[in-house]
Amino acid sequence: MELIKPGTNIPFTKYRHIAVVLSTVVNLVVLVVLFTKGPNLGVDFAGGTVVQLRFAQKVSIPEVREALGQLGTGDTVIQDFGQEGSNEFLVRLEKTSVQLGALGEQLRAGLSQRFGSGRFEIRRIESVGPKVGQELRQRGTWSVIAATVMMGVYIWFRFELRFGLGAVIALIHDVLVTIGALMLAHYEFDLTIVAALLTVVGYSVNDTVIVCDRVRENMRKSRREKLEIIINTSINETLSRTIITTGTAILVLVALFLLGGGVIRPFAFALLVGFSSGVYSTIFIASPVILLWERGKRS
Amino acid sequence: MQRGVVVRLVIFSVLTFAALFYLVPTFTGEFPSWWSGFLPTERIHLGLDLQGGSHIVLEVKVDKAVENTLERIKEELRKLLREKAVPLNELDRNQANQIRLKVSAASGDKVRDLLKSEFANLTVVNSQVSSGGVDFLLALNEKELRSLRDATVDQSLETIRNRIDQFGVSEPIIQRQGQQDILVQLPGIQDPERAKEIIGKTALLEFKLLDEAHSAEEAVKNGSPPGTQILYGYAAKGEGGLRTEKVPYLLDARTLMTGEYIADARVRPGSNLGGPYVELILNSGGARLFERVTAENVKRRLAIVLDNRVYSAPVIQERIGGGRASITGTFDMKEARDLAIVLRAGALPAPVEIAEERTVGPSLGSDSIRQGIISFVVGSSLVVLFMMIYYKGAGALADVALIFHILFLLAILAVFKAVLTLPGIAGIVLIAGMAVDANVLINERIREELRLGKSSRAAIEAGYERALPAIIDTNVTTFLSGLILFQFGTGPIKGFAVTLCVGILTTVVTAVYMTRIYYDYRIGARKLTRISI
Repeated sequence: MELIKPGTNIPFTKYRHIAVVLSTVVNLVVLVVLFTKGPNLGVDFAGGTVVQLRFAQKVSIPEVREALGQLGTGDTVIQDFGQEGSNEFLVRLEKTSVQLGALGEQLRAGLSQRFGSGRFEIRRIESVGPKVGQELRQRGTWSVIAATVMMGVYIWFRFELRFGLGAVIALIHDVLVTIGALMLAHYEFDLTIVAALLTVVGYSVNDTVIVCDRVRENMRKSRREKLEIIINTSINETLSRTIITTGTAILVLVALFLLGGGVIRPFAFALLVGFSSGVYSTIFIASPVILLWERGKRS
Repeated sequence: MQRGVVVRLVIFSVLTFAALFYLVPTFTGEFPSWWSGFLPTERIHLGLDLQGGSHIVLEVKVDKAVENTLERIKEELRKLLREKAVPLNELDRNQANQIRLKVSAASGDKVRDLLKSEFANLTVVNSQVSSGGVDFLLALNEKELRSLRDATVDQSLETIRNRIDQFGVSEPIIQRQGQQDILVQLPGIQDPERAKEIIGKTALLEFKLLDEAHSAEEAVKNGSPPGTQILYGYAAKGEGGLRTEKVPYLLDARTLMTGEYIADARVRPGSNLGGPYVELILNSGGARLFERVTAENVKRRLAIVLDNRVYSAPVIQERIGGGRASITGTFDMKEARDLAIVLRAGALPAPVEIAEERTVGPSLGSDSIRQGIISFVVGSSLVVLFMMIYYKGAGALADVALIFHILFLLAILAVFKAVLTLPGIAGIVLIAGMAVDANVLINERIREELRLGKSSRAAIEAGYERALPAIIDTNVTTFLSGLILFQFGTGPIKGFAVTLCVGILTTVVTAVYMTRIYYDYRIGARKLTRISI
C-alpha cells in the first residue's frame, strides 16, 4: 500500500510565500494574545489549590458552590470533570492550603454538612504556593527555549547552519501554534503542558531532520541543480515518511486523548496539535528559511 | 545458519529471558523465598499519583534561624561586655539582621579587640566615630551564614524524618530539594491532614514565668510592659468543656528552659479531672536545670508554652526534682499522641511552611492506571494494525519488534526501580507510536531501492544502511529534549522523561538491530527472493 505514489511532485516551495505570510500572522496573533491576555495558568504556575471531587449522586455545580461557599474561600471556579455522568468536579481555589490552614478538613466539613458524609470523595488536592509557581513558570519557559536552541545547534552540527536555523524557526512556529491552540481550547497551562511542549520540540524536529538528510544526499547527487528544486524534490521524496511517522504517533495520541482520562487530555491535545504542526512547518517553514538564507548570502 | 545470525539470536534470547525475569517481581505480589535468594526482586514502583499519597514540599524559614542565632549572640555580647566592665550605650538587632552596638569613644578599641578574639563569626560591617561614641554595625559573616542555613535545613530534615518514622508511614521519601526546601513523599497515607500537622509543627517548647505584677487584660488593652509579652492559651468553657475560649497570659519574655532537654515524652491517660496529658522526662542536665528553676521560683506560676501557645501555667508548689514535668491542656487522645511524637522528635530549628502539596486518593490512582492501560492497548493496536496493512510482512516484523521494545522498556524500568507515574504511562503509550518510526524510515528506503531495480538483498542492505543516520539523528533530538525535561521536571513529569528516554534507547535496539536479524537469516539461507513490503 502506498499513500504517496512514487514520482509525486507537488510544488510545495511555490506556496512558500503564502505559507510564510499565513504562519507569521498566526504566530504574531498568538504572541500578542500570550503577552496581553496571557494563558490560563493552572495551579502549578499561578499558585492556588485545585480539588477533584466525586459525588455518589447527581449533583449540580450551584449545589457544590453552595456547600463550599461556607468556607469563605473567595474566588472559586467549579467545573465538570471526567466522563459524562461520573459526577466529578474540579474546584479551583485561589488560596492555598497554607493560607487556609487545614483545607482538606474544612472541605470535608463543608461538604458533609450539605451532602452527608460518605456521599462524596475528595480524590485529589493540589496546592502550590505563589513563590513555587513563579519559579516553575520561569524554569518551564527557559527549558522550552533551551530545548529549541539545542535542536538548532544539533542540526547545525550534523548538517549546516542554515538547516539549523530553519529547524529553529519551524520549532518556534510549532510551539506557538500549540500554545495558541491550547489557549483557544481553554486548557490550563501546567507542568504537563511544559512536558508536552518539550516533546513537541524534540519530536517535530524529526521530520526536518529527515528532509535535511535527503536534501544533503540530493545535493551531492546533482550539484548543478537549483537549491529550490532540490529542496522540493526532497520534500516530495520524504513526504510519505513525514506523514506516516507522525501518523502513527497521532494514532496513539488520539487513543490517549479519548481514553486517557482528564489529567492526560490537555497533554494529548497539545501533542496532537504540535506534531501536526510539525509536519506543516517542516514542509512550509523550514525549507523557505533555508532558501531565504541562500538568497541573502548571494546578494 | 551463518554465525553472525546465531550470535545475535543468542544475545537477544538472553536479553529477552533476562527481561522476563526482571519483570516477574513487578507482576507478582509476593515471591517464594527461594526466588528472592538469588533472583531479581527489583520492581517498577508506582508514583504517588497512581498509588495515592501525599507529596509535600516544605520551605524551611532559615531566616528565622539566623534571627535566633543573632539574638543569642547579642545576649552573649551583652554578657561579655558586662564582665569586661565596658559601659554599653546601645545594643540591639535591626530588621536587616545586623547587630547595632554603641559604646563610648574611650572603649572603642577595646571592643574592637574583643570582637576580633571572641566573636570570629561576626564581621564589622561599619564602624563610625561620632560625638556620642563609637557605633558598630555587626553581621554574621558569609561563611557562617551559609553553614548556619545549611545546618538548619539538615537539622529540620532529621527532625521531620524522626517524626514521620514515629508516625508510621511505609517507605516515605524525605530529602533536601534545592537551597532550603525539603521534599516529603508519603505513599498511601490515609490522613494527610494529620500528617501535615505533625510534620509542620515547629514544636518549640518553652518554660516562662508569668508576670503577676500586671494584669493581662490591662496589657492587652494598653500594650505589654517592657520585658514582657502576651501569649494566648485555650481554656475549656461551658458544659463539659466542649467549647474553648482564648485566654491571654502576660509572661516574662525571658525563657527559663526549652524543650532541648527532653529525653522522652509519653501520653498518660487522664484522671477524672481532665483529659489525657503528656508527661515529659528530662535528661540529667534538664533535670538539674528544672530543679534550679523551680527552687528559685516557688509560689510563682510557670507557663508551659509550645509554639507560642500557652498550654498551662501551674503554680510551683515546691522544688521539683527527678526531671519530670507534664503538659496538661484541653486535648483528646489523638492530639496528645501527636504532641508526644513531636516533643520526642525534637523541635525544628526554624519554622517550616508548606510550599507545595499534592495529595491523591487511592481510587483516583487505580482509575488512572485503568485508563492508561486501556489507551495503551487501543493505541498500540491501532499502530500494529496500520503497520501490518501498510507494510505487510515488513510491517508485521516491525510489530514484533514493538512488542520486544515494550518488554525491554518495562524491564529496564524495573531494574532501575523507576517510578511509574501517570505521565509516565502516557509516555509508554506515546513511545509505542514513535517506536515504529525507525521501521517506517527503513521500509520506505527499501521500497525506494527496490523501485530503482535493486535485488531484494541489495535493497535491504542499502535500506538499513542509508536510513540509519536519520534514525540516529531523530532519536538523538527526542532524547535530548527528554533530558531537558528530566532536568526541569518534578515528580510525575520526571516519570514521563524517564520513559521517553529509556523508550528511545530500546526502540533503536529493537527496531533496527532486531528486525535486521530476520532479514540476515533469510539472506543467509538464500530464501529471500521477494520481500513482503
